[in-house]
Amino acid sequence: MLRFVPIITIAFMIGPVSAGLIGTLLPAFGILPALGGIEPGLDPWIALFDQPGLWQSVRLSLVNGLVASFISVAIVMLFCAAWQGTAVFRAMQRILSPILSVPHATAAFGLAFLIAPSGWIARLVAQFAGWERPPDIAIIHDPWGLAMIAGLVAKEIPFLFLMTLAALPQADTERTAQITATLGYGRIAGWFKATLPRIYPQIRLPVLAVLAYSTSVVDVAIILGPTTPAPLAVRILGWLSDPDLGLRFMASSAAILQLLVVVGAIAIWIAGERIVAVLGYGWAQNGWRFARDGGLRSGSAILAGLAAGAVILGLVILLVWSIAGFWGFPDILPRGFSLRLWMREYDAIGRHLGATLLIAIPTVMIAIALVLGCLEQETRSTHKPGRGAMWLVYLPLLVPQISFMFGLQVFFTLIGLERTLISVVVAHLVFVLPYVFLSLSDPFRALDPRYGQTALCHGASPARVFWQVRLPLLTRAVMTATAVGLAVTVGQYLPTLLIGAGRFATVTTEAVALASGGDRRMIGIYGLLQMVLPFAGFACALLIPAILFRHRRGMDAQNRG
Amino acid sequence: MRLRMRAFVSALALATGIATASVSVPAFADPAPDVGNWQSVLDQARGQTVYWHAWGGEPRINDYIAWAGDQVFERYGVKVVQVKLTDTADAVTKVLSEKTAGVNDGGAVDMIWINGENFAAMKRNELLFGPWVEDTPNFDYVDVKGKPTVVNDFTVPTDGLEAPWGMAQVSFYYDTAKLDSVPKSAQGLLEWLVKNPGRFTYPQPPNYMGSTFLKQILTELVKDPKVLQQPADEVDAKAVLEPLWGYLEDLQPLLWRNGQAYPQNGAAMRTLLGDNEVDIAFSFSSGEVSSAIEAFELPDTVRSYVFDNGTLGNTNFVAIPYNASAKAGAVVLGDFLMSPEAQLRKQDPQYWGADTVLAMDKLPADMQEAFANLDLGIASLAPAERGTVLPEPHPSWMELVETEWQKHYGVVQ
Repeated sequence: MLRFVPIITIAFMIGPVSAGLIGTLLPAFGILPALGGIEPGLDPWIALFDQPGLWQSVRLSLVNGLVASFISVAIVMLFCAAWQGTAVFRAMQRILSPILSVPHATAAFGLAFLIAPSGWIARLVAQFAGWERPPDIAIIHDPWGLAMIAGLVAKEIPFLFLMTLAALPQADTERTAQITATLGYGRIAGWFKATLPRIYPQIRLPVLAVLAYSTSVVDVAIILGPTTPAPLAVRILGWLSDPDLGLRFMASSAAILQLLVVVGAIAIWIAGERIVAVLGYGWAQNGWRFARDGGLRSGSAILAGLAAGAVILGLVILLVWSIAGFWGFPDILPRGFSLRLWMREYDAIGRHLGATLLIAIPTVMIAIALVLGCLEQETRSTHKPGRGAMWLVYLPLLVPQISFMFGLQVFFTLIGLERTLISVVVAHLVFVLPYVFLSLSDPFRALDPRYGQTALCHGASPARVFWQVRLPLLTRAVMTATAVGLAVTVGQYLPTLLIGAGRFATVTTEAVALASGGDRRMIGIYGLLQMVLPFAGFACALLIPAILFRHRRGMDAQNRG
Repeated sequence: MRLRMRAFVSALALATGIATASVSVPAFADPAPDVGNWQSVLDQARGQTVYWHAWGGEPRINDYIAWAGDQVFERYGVKVVQVKLTDTADAVTKVLSEKTAGVNDGGAVDMIWINGENFAAMKRNELLFGPWVEDTPNFDYVDVKGKPTVVNDFTVPTDGLEAPWGMAQVSFYYDTAKLDSVPKSAQGLLEWLVKNPGRFTYPQPPNYMGSTFLKQILTELVKDPKVLQQPADEVDAKAVLEPLWGYLEDLQPLLWRNGQAYPQNGAAMRTLLGDNEVDIAFSFSSGEVSSAIEAFELPDTVRSYVFDNGTLGNTNFVAIPYNASAKAGAVVLGDFLMSPEAQLRKQDPQYWGADTVLAMDKLPADMQEAFANLDLGIASLAPAERGTVLPEPHPSWMELVETEWQKHYGVVQ
């Protein structure tokens, strides 16, 4: 039975994913019969390359994605190197859940209001500088996309930090740190020279996922990114929603181009990895101790704190917005307060949370079961069937979601499942499985096989080994993957709306629709509501292992960062 | 490698197996209602559920839609569910994907809030049901003579494929506590910006509010506005657009952020005014400005006004896709939306504040009085204050202006 799990997993993915890809590829070469496109041709590509500023858009996507990912990885690695095993590190762990649960768009809105020329920081300055009008300078929507990079970094740091936390127990970091310290290495140098080479392979997939996401992000780019021109993914969204249906052909070519941009970014990243590996090999052996790294250590804490602080402060300010009366520049606080909008949404909240859970619970349960099944099968069999094909699971992360949706809709309509809970769950699985897979696979594969071997030698059946040895050992990783999966399914807007044909009004479909009205109060309310479920998930992921294993010191080490 | 391939192939077989095993289109065909026979429409509609795809960004509008749904349910037994969209294009995509999959019956979308280019595109691609509008009872009240746009959507004849729902007219707004006088023409706006650089902007075309601003300027500057009623390829478009580009040449550097960044839609522009980043903004409905004041988005000293030579006006509509599942229900809902009662509530700024499509002189006396007694809200313009309504240019002008704008100003780096 178990041997079929990888096949079932891939079967779940292959229909929707290939339908999504075909639905993008065919129109990209002129074929979309519903719009009269029957003859294959290159016209969509010619039209695309004719678009003014196309290459600037491509450059923005590529460079900003790479820069944002690099900064995020660098800060997380530096912070872990500098502070692992300290009180600062544990404090950071604790503020992780709220930040991780903040939807990207909410975090971006919060950040935008914080740093904009008419934003909260500028209002503080205005009190002393006596400004009556905000300065006319491009802090957000700046041509270089710096604000967008900042928004991405602030949001990706917690994700990468969580993934690193899950990887740390397998790398025997504490004893390594003791040895490097004994040898006279500074904290950071010791960690980078001895621990990083063992940690990085474990978080590599999440890093690549962050890179793919940053290169094709839409919502953060709209809120913070440049507009003349915008990054490629934003322009694709514009073409796809243009009333001129003829633009759909060109938009499909652009989506293929976007896919190539993501692949290009990954290729550049991997080339960079190689270079760093070669250089790092020499550096690790050269014996320099870098014992005086106090400045760099403080620096990493400040950067990580700044990123976390920006998201949290932005969130607090959005909370204030949600109860604000008129709040103009340069007032630091609103002129009045009102619970009016909260009252108005109060009745509907339970219904929307219910619909969200109706989709989320089966989706996450199926995803966890499938991923565990695949990984367990991989452990039990000597050869690794289907492990190569497992790459298919990551495909949905590479293509911008919006361009995927048309083919996906056609697919579900064709098999007659559109508008049903089943189809919405399957559509969510397409986007949830990759994240569950990448948060669970590395810890699972890194688990010391001797635990299982010992149990088998005592006569336990393979099933018993899984349920009573491996699964308990992996409690923390499974809970984390569940929480990540929950956060991803709760955040799905397009699949819920389009595949569900509006039959499932979740917190997120409401939030995104209401956010289009531009009122920061509604954005605040629904941003906070969107946080509720993921927050509960991440909190459980931290609390449950702690409670379950409170009497087991060894499990504590296994399940601690 | 072999094994890997085998796993892949069996997975493929399984997937296609699933796909072929369950090819069953959810087709419960909904026969086209006979709109001429109203009682038969009502009979057919009873018990149906209408999924109405409409922009969901404004809580007041969502509430109004919910109210209309309750009314139609009580009176005709038709259930209405609003599918809240960020963009009408999502509904168009839905219908298009169904057509691609061959679902010509039992579609997911029963009604769309629509106008302009989206309507033109759906009509051209034969994605709409109808004609149905002109046979509905309440269409008799519609002001076809006085408001020609109720049957001509951006110059495209509606041919009974969409029912007029509300009137819209461009109006500008500003904070009276900050400005004493405001420019009331295209030329005046430019002169005002020379003195107040950076204090005005418009949403980035092809956002439709942004394109509307360009069309407003074009209509004002063009020598003979009638030429804009014809398709652009039938006239010397380059010469017609000349004055617009000349004007923008001067305007662009004076815009907010020197024209290097733009708000992405009308709501974002309104937020800029609330944040005191700009002094003048515009909207398609002065009632919306009153609503925004009541929602604390704008200070209560904001007021609306129009340009001296008039501003663009148009109508928005509801339409039924060709493959809707509940056509009769949608027709009944569409008819109710045109009823004097529904239109009265729609114009009341307490609920929404959007202008009616009805002709006052066609209404019963008590309804006329009710309309006359409406308190329109502090920043709304009464009909007498609105000046001339200028007709929307043919959609081809919009496309041309958007494309050229993108070339000239869409890429500044």
